[in-house]
Amino acid sequence: MGGGRPTDSHADEADIRSAPPDGWRDAVADLLSRGYTFGSLHVTGAPDAVELRAAFIRDGGFQMITCRPVDRRAPTIVDLVPAADWDEREAADSSGMVFDGRRTRPLLTHPGQLEQWTTTVRGRDTHQVAVGPIHAGVIESGHFRFHVVGERILRVDLQLFYKHRGLERAAVGRELGEALAFAQRACAACAVTNSVAYAHACEQALGLVPSPDLARVRTVLLELERLYNHLNDVGAACAGVGFSPGTMVFAALKERAQRVNQALTGHRFLFSTVQVTRSDLEVNPQSAQAARVELRGIRAAAEDAWHEVLFHGSVQNRFAGVGVVTAADATTLGMVGPVARASGVGDDTRCASPRLVYAGFKSATPLDPGGDVRARVEMRALELPPTFDLLDTLLEGGLGRAASEPAGEPVATGMAAVESPRGRTFCTIERSGPSITRLRLRTSSYANWPAVALAATDNLLPEFPLINKSFELCYACCDR
Amino acid sequence: MFQLLRDLYRTRRQLGLQRPKQPSSLAVRHVDAGSCNGCEHELGAAAGPHYDLARFGLSIVASPRHADVLLVTGPVTMHMRAALLAAYEAMPEPRIVAALGNCALGRGILAATDASAGPLEELLPVTVRIAGCPPTPEQIITGLEPLLHKAATT
Repeated sequence: MGGGRPTDSHADEADIRSAPPDGWRDAVADLLSRGYTFGSLHVTGAPDAVELRAAFIRDGGFQMITCRPVDRRAPTIVDLVPAADWDEREAADSSGMVFDGRRTRPLLTHPGQLEQWTTTVRGRDTHQVAVGPIHAGVIESGHFRFHVVGERILRVDLQLFYKHRGLERAAVGRELGEALAFAQRACAACAVTNSVAYAHACEQALGLVPSPDLARVRTVLLELERLYNHLNDVGAACAGVGFSPGTMVFAALKERAQRVNQALTGHRFLFSTVQVTRSDLEVNPQSAQAARVELRGIRAAAEDAWHEVLFHGSVQNRFAGVGVVTAADATTLGMVGPVARASGVGDDTRCASPRLVYAGFKSATPLDPGGDVRARVEMRALELPPTFDLLDTLLEGGLGRAASEPAGEPVATGMAAVESPRGRTFCTIERSGPSITRLRLRTSSYANWPAVALAATDNLLPEFPLINKSFELCYACCDR
Repeated sequence: MFQLLRDLYRTRRQLGLQRPKQPSSLAVRHVDAGSCNGCEHELGAAAGPHYDLARFGLSIVASPRHADVLLVTGPVTMHMRAALLAAYEAMPEPRIVAALGNCALGRGILAATDASAGPLEELLPVTVRIAGCPPTPEQIITGLEPLLHKAATT
């Protein structure tokens, strides 16, 4: 089992280069041709000395290119990296950036006129159905504007950021350790992922790496988070087709998993378990053993429950062939996580996470990556065994206090990528001494929301809740 | 599934949440005014098989027009302000506003960011406050229980 020592050749890589505005696109194209994947794009330094920054990742190593726009204008890269669409729109809304070569529709702002943010759809019998931001069930707030003919969705325009709380701005000026609270606040279901991504980015900037013990604690917490999320998601998919036995049995399993969280850390969502440069979490061997026993019980029950869902004809009939995202579209959109793997694309950040204890990790492969609801739900079930295995191994003997170790020179910018239950979350921090000057938390949900809109196209309106639940993305994580 | 039912009966006895002596019911409409989704998860769990809001007479309804209680989570973001107020306006009287979670109580690091329109109690007449980050399903039920007593006796 690998420790915190990087063994991959790219593991320590965190280069930052600048490019002039007229070399921006070439610099991006060059990184893409060398096999780098887009991580995040943001603007920093506003309003005085605006700088555009794009981060990329390959095998656990990071590359960032920066550029100084002239009069807040820079060329768009959305044709090279469609995944950067929302990033550019957010930069336009928050910093007044203008991206030459494209029009940016509002993302953070909610304009009064429909034409400013929806697609114009014309044709016989076309009409609009507006849903949200308040929804019928207990669901987060967000707006969907469907363009339909009868019940068939021609297109859906998403309007999120109803839950935008200004977390990134509120973190500015705080001491690094204190500002972790803002990263964690982004989302309860991704509290650990966002905290670990933030801590890793800070530690990279501080020239630190986790000790093997620290890497182990954080890996345990990440897998505990993944476990209750995946159980939740299967239950949610059953709810999407009105299959109450499935909904209830997975809700009960999720409850058991959250009680393990409570027993080990004192919090059902693992809040306040992650800190920058250290971990104070202690789990004695008896508690760890009790958790391992309970986890084995949950594992067996989850396998049985999944078996029932898998072989329930009417449920599988509803799941199959609905909300398809092709491999080509998933690649174009830069989808991440289980839903991308269900379309047959995308990697698992855990396969290249030298700061955690995932050495030799192999991502679960779908039996039939059809990119439909069925495949996306099945991915959660397929990913449970590796998570149970990891937790069983890593919890043995308990957990103790741990700290990070010096590894390199401190720098001003730190980057990190962590696999949340929904895919790769990318975090960039910029600091001045001990204080944060910029936080950019680009979560897996942010990356995948455009894919939800694509998946809904050509499906029936009543199937949208199911399609949405097969992704089960966080609105809070996206909106921040 | 039978094992699940046995587990649930045992868990419910352990929880020891008492049903009110006098039967009554309340229809609850939930509005997410910018939460981190922790309160939503726990409210969902409260409606689930372990805690089961329904056996106390509490139901989560699809429309504010069907609701007695508006259960609000989150620090009230600027973008949610109008929708939240519209939901309240759509409720028939008597209507109650309940704040669920520390953010809705105006506490925490998000209480006064530049995207906040809150606190909730300055926008709506809050009479029930359920603290927690997030409140557990048990705390949600015990927090709403006084309303059931009130509903039964008025």
